[in-house]
Amino acid sequence: MELSHDQLLDAYWRMRMIRAFEEKLNDLVTAGRLTGFLHLYAGEEAVATGVCAHLTDLDIVNSTHRGHGHCIAKGVEVEGMMAELYGRSTGTCKGKGGSMHIADLDYGMLGANGIVGAGIPLTAGAALTASIKKSGGVAVGFFGDGATNQGQFHEGLNIASVWNLPAVFILENNGYGEASPTEFVTPMTDLAVRAKSYAMESDVADGMDFFDVYEKAGTAIERARNGGGPTLLECKTYRFMGHYVGDPMTYRTKEESEDWKQNRDPLDLFENRVVEAQLLTSDELRGIDARVDQRIAAAVDAAEQAPFPTPADLLTDVYVTE
Amino acid sequence: MTRQITFTEAINEALHIAMQNDPDVIVLGEDICGGGGRKDQGIEDAWGGIMGATRGLIKAFGPERVRDTPISEMGFLGTAVGAAATGLRPVAELMFMDFLGVSLDPLLNQAAKLRYMFGGKVRVPLTVRTSMGAGSRAAAQHSQTLYGITVGIPGLKTVIPSTPADAKGLLLTAIRDDGPVIFCEPKSLMNDVGEVPEGDYEIPLGKAAIVREGSDVSIVGMGRTVKTALEAADRLAALGTSAEVLDLRSLHPMDEEAILATLQKTGSLVVVDESPPRCSIASDVAALCVDQGFDYLNAPVKKVTAPHTPVPFSPVLEDLYVPSADQIVAAVRALS
Repeated sequence: MELSHDQLLDAYWRMRMIRAFEEKLNDLVTAGRLTGFLHLYAGEEAVATGVCAHLTDLDIVNSTHRGHGHCIAKGVEVEGMMAELYGRSTGTCKGKGGSMHIADLDYGMLGANGIVGAGIPLTAGAALTASIKKSGGVAVGFFGDGATNQGQFHEGLNIASVWNLPAVFILENNGYGEASPTEFVTPMTDLAVRAKSYAMESDVADGMDFFDVYEKAGTAIERARNGGGPTLLECKTYRFMGHYVGDPMTYRTKEESEDWKQNRDPLDLFENRVVEAQLLTSDELRGIDARVDQRIAAAVDAAEQAPFPTPADLLTDVYVTE
Repeated sequence: MTRQITFTEAINEALHIAMQNDPDVIVLGEDICGGGGRKDQGIEDAWGGIMGATRGLIKAFGPERVRDTPISEMGFLGTAVGAAATGLRPVAELMFMDFLGVSLDPLLNQAAKLRYMFGGKVRVPLTVRTSMGAGSRAAAQHSQTLYGITVGIPGLKTVIPSTPADAKGLLLTAIRDDGPVIFCEPKSLMNDVGEVPEGDYEIPLGKAAIVREGSDVSIVGMGRTVKTALEAADRLAALGTSAEVLDLRSLHPMDEEAILATLQKTGSLVVVDESPPRCSIASDVAALCVDQGFDYLNAPVKKVTAPHTPVPFSPVLEDLYVPSADQIVAAVRALS
């Protein structure tokens, strides 16, 4: 699967935007300017970006509590996201959702989700809509290794398979379910084998390598789009930051996380590959860095100045009234 | 004479009308075809749901829109929520309301909250039909009235008809509502026969109905207890007491105005709920009367409910569990 110059620039722009967004949030919370339960996606950028690079406006993605990366990869505007995290009325969800519930169906983003595994049946449902309406779209659900021990995972995959739905399930295996190492709670290393129980296609990708994710997700998405049914794609990745902002990370060694950051950073791997192959230049990438940082800074400024919801907003949007 | 059909047939008719009129309406649940649709084996239609309420749908609308699900209540309700949020109008059947125990998250944390959490940017037009209540000798895990749980979840509406005609009109409204509605079907009423209008009609959600006029006391019921209240009202009439019976029909939104109006008219009120007494519709109605109708009250508000126990199997005990006309008559007599 060849990527054009523009597609490569876009991939880097999105990965860099996710990284900058998450690092900025970490700083803002640490500085006491931002509050809430925040779960950051830094380190896993290649997964969201490699998958969403294949998606169109017809397609739906569903996400997790660690959802900022999926939103950015699917095209949700960072200005609205930042305002949402600040609880402002200009946020994507008018400040009512917050980090764990950012959603924007205008971009096919069916929401981050605070309940581990809950997005999996929702993804099957979005795929059912695409199937019945023959929209040509697919539904992609992102979730972590921890979610594969939830009933919703097993029930959702079984339904998607028995109904041959146009769904792709992206399992982001970052080695930890909150603080618990995967091997403490799951009796297997390659979680993709769980697809076999549902006679579902599966694959394993290096989740730090944009190109590997891009290729394998492309195969799965094309299969779903062409009526070939769902796929479980496991992407092996690593969470650079804690489970949440403020996590003391006492469950893993500094050496382990430093090793991943030094040697397996998805942005570095991407840059090395494209510069070596003379597909993009370092200058182009630094130009993107500068524009991304500028846009994030402006998003923070705008969010901090945006109005809060009014007391009347407490009671609206519970039921459809119009 | 107007046409008479059963509660189950009324629901079946509403489903046919809703599917006929809107291609986005799909129906899914356990055994709702029940093996129907196996044309190669000459089985066009089979169970049609545990109560037969979905019979004929597979034949009329085909397997794309009428789907047997795995026994995965959480999975298929979650799937229905996802489908509703992206453009379909699913009617899911939760075979017994007791199965909320294995399926609550898609209703509690997804269907009920998506619109609010997304700042109003999504509609979740989902209807969950569910069979509930005691009286079928089905014991503790297949007889509960758990609407107290769904009523307590902002974002959901909960409806409970007491007659075949209401069942049809309320179900059509529920399906066409743009948000999630829990539609309770009292098991013990499913074979009841009543006059049901032909064709398409809707009954608004949140509107109670006075099903018997009276002047001395108000009896408020829902679902099966409306029937029991009417029986009690007959007996009270023979004793010289004129009872007004109010059928709530919709538990959320609840028609507070109608409750207060009948209380104002009669000055005393008995509420009859098949649920255990704590955190029940009975306690809710009683609290409303005290909070907003205190000046109308000539006597304490009385609750007639099931006891705080699981539903027993033994027919002798089950009959004791369910609120009876005797209990209602006694509660009314104790007021004066």
